[in-house]
Amino acid sequence: MIEVKHVSKSFQDGVKVLEDISTVFETGKTNLIIGQSGSGKTVLMKSTVGIYNVDEGSIIYDDKDGNGRDITKMNNNQLKLMHREIGMLFQGSALFDSMTVLENVKFPLDMFSTMEEDEKEARARECIERVDLTRACNLFPSEISGGMQKRAAIARAIVLNPRFLFCDEPNSGLDPKTSLMIDRLIQEITHEYGITTIINTHDMNSVLEIGENIVFINKGHKGWQGNKDEVYDTGCEALENLIFASELYKKIKKAHFIENK
Amino acid sequence: MNAIERVGDYCKLMIRTFGVPDRWSMFFKQYKNELIKLGLDSIMINVIISFFIGAVITIQMKLNMSNPILPGYLTGLAVRDTLLLEFSPTIICIILAGKVGSNIASEVGSMRITEQIDALDIMGVNSANYLILPKIAAMVSFIPCLVIISIFMGIIGGLFVAEFTDTITTHEYVTGIQFMFVPFYVTYAIIKSMVFAFIITSVASYYGYTVKGGALEVGKASTDAVVNSSILILMTNLMLTKLLLT
Repeated sequence: MIEVKHVSKSFQDGVKVLEDISTVFETGKTNLIIGQSGSGKTVLMKSTVGIYNVDEGSIIYDDKDGNGRDITKMNNNQLKLMHREIGMLFQGSALFDSMTVLENVKFPLDMFSTMEEDEKEARARECIERVDLTRACNLFPSEISGGMQKRAAIARAIVLNPRFLFCDEPNSGLDPKTSLMIDRLIQEITHEYGITTIINTHDMNSVLEIGENIVFINKGHKGWQGNKDEVYDTGCEALENLIFASELYKKIKKAHFIENK
Repeated sequence: MNAIERVGDYCKLMIRTFGVPDRWSMFFKQYKNELIKLGLDSIMINVIISFFIGAVITIQMKLNMSNPILPGYLTGLAVRDTLLLEFSPTIICIILAGKVGSNIASEVGSMRITEQIDALDIMGVNSANYLILPKIAAMVSFIPCLVIISIFMGIIGGLFVAEFTDTITTHEYVTGIQFMFVPFYVTYAIIKSMVFAFIITSVASYYGYTVKGGALEVGKASTDAVVNSSILILMTNLMLTKLLLT
C-alpha cells in the first residue's frame, strides 16, 4: 500500500502542479491515475516514485511487516534501496537498445541478485515466458513491435519480484487490441503477485476494463476517487467530460444505466 | 543555464560518477565494451591520419630547412618532436573529441530522451556511475596507447617519404629521429593524453546526460560536447605545457 498525504508540488516557475493531494494506492489492485493532459498526473506518479521532491506532504510505502516508510524523508541511499522494491514500465518501454530482450530482463538480476548465472537466466526466461515473449528472447528492442517491447519491459519490471509496480501510460502508441492485452497482463500480474500497481493513463478503455481504484486528478487537485463500477455516476462534471467525451462512451454509459434498471 | 551553474552541474555529475560501482563484474563488462567501441574502433582513423600527417610534416620541414648551414638530420628531429610534443597528444585528441565525443554525447543523450537513464535510476542503479565511469576508465587507459601508435605511425610516414622520395635521405631522417632524444617528452605526451581523454569523455557524457527534449537537442548536445571539449583541450594544453616543460 502507498499512502499519499497532503502532497503539493510546484516547479521553478512557481506554478503549482499538485495541491493538497491525498489518496491511497491499495495492495493487490490496479490503481489508476487519470486526468486530462497537463492535469498533473505524471507529476503525481513521478513524485510518488521519488523522481521529484515534493514541496509539502508525505508519501508512505508499507514494508513487508506493514510499517510505513516516508519516501519524501529518505536520503539518496535509502531511496536507492527503496527503488529496488519498485518495478517501472515507462511510456516508451525504455528497454536498453544495446541488449537483447533476454539481457534486458536479466539486467536487474545482474545488478542486484546474488544468484548463479544459470539461475539468473532461468528466472529471466520465466518472466519472459510469463509475458508470452519466448520467441523474441534473442532479438533486440529495435527488432520487435511496440506491444512486444511493452511486454519485455513488464518482464524486466517484475523480474526482481517488486512490491510496487508503476506504469506510465502503458498503452500509448498501441492499437486497441494490444492495449487491452497489456492492460489484462498488468492486472493478472498484479493479482498473481499481490503487488501494488499504479497506472498513469488517459486511455478510457483501461479505466473501464481494469480500474479497480481510480484517482481522478483535475487541475492539480484530486477530483474524484472510486472504481470502474462507480465511474458511470460520479457527479463530477470534469470527469464525466473526460470519460464520456466521445459518442461511443456516451452510448456505453446509456447502456450501463439501462442494464442496471 | 549560465556557465557557473554548468560547472557546478558538471562537478555534481562527476561526484556521482566516481562512486564505487554497484557490481564490479558489470563495470568490467561495460569497460570491455567501451574499450572496443571507443578505443579499438579508433585505431584505424588514428593510423591513417598519423601516417599522412607524419609524411606531410617531413616534406614541409625539409622545405623550410633548405638552408645549407642547417644539418640535414634536423628535419627528422623536428618531425619527431612535433609528433611527440604536439601532434600526437593534442591534435589526435581533438580529432578524437570529434569522433568519440560526439558518439558518447549522442549515445547518452538518446538514452536520456528515451527514458533509459530514468529506468536505471528507478531500478536503484547509479546511472552516472554505470554509464559514464566505464567510458572514462576505458578512454583514460586507451588514449595513451592511441597516442603512442600515432607517434609511431607519424615517424613511419616520414620514413616513407625518406625512403620513396628524394626529399630527404633515409640516413639523415633516421639520424634526426635518434638525435638528442628526450625521454621525458614521451611521459609528457602520455600525461597530456590522459588528461585530454578525461576531458573528452566527461564533457561529452555531461552534455549527453543532461540533455532535455528530443532528437534536435541530442544533436545540439553532441555539437556542444565537441566544441567545448576541444576548447578545454586547447586551454589545458597551454597549462600543462607551461607546468611540465618550463
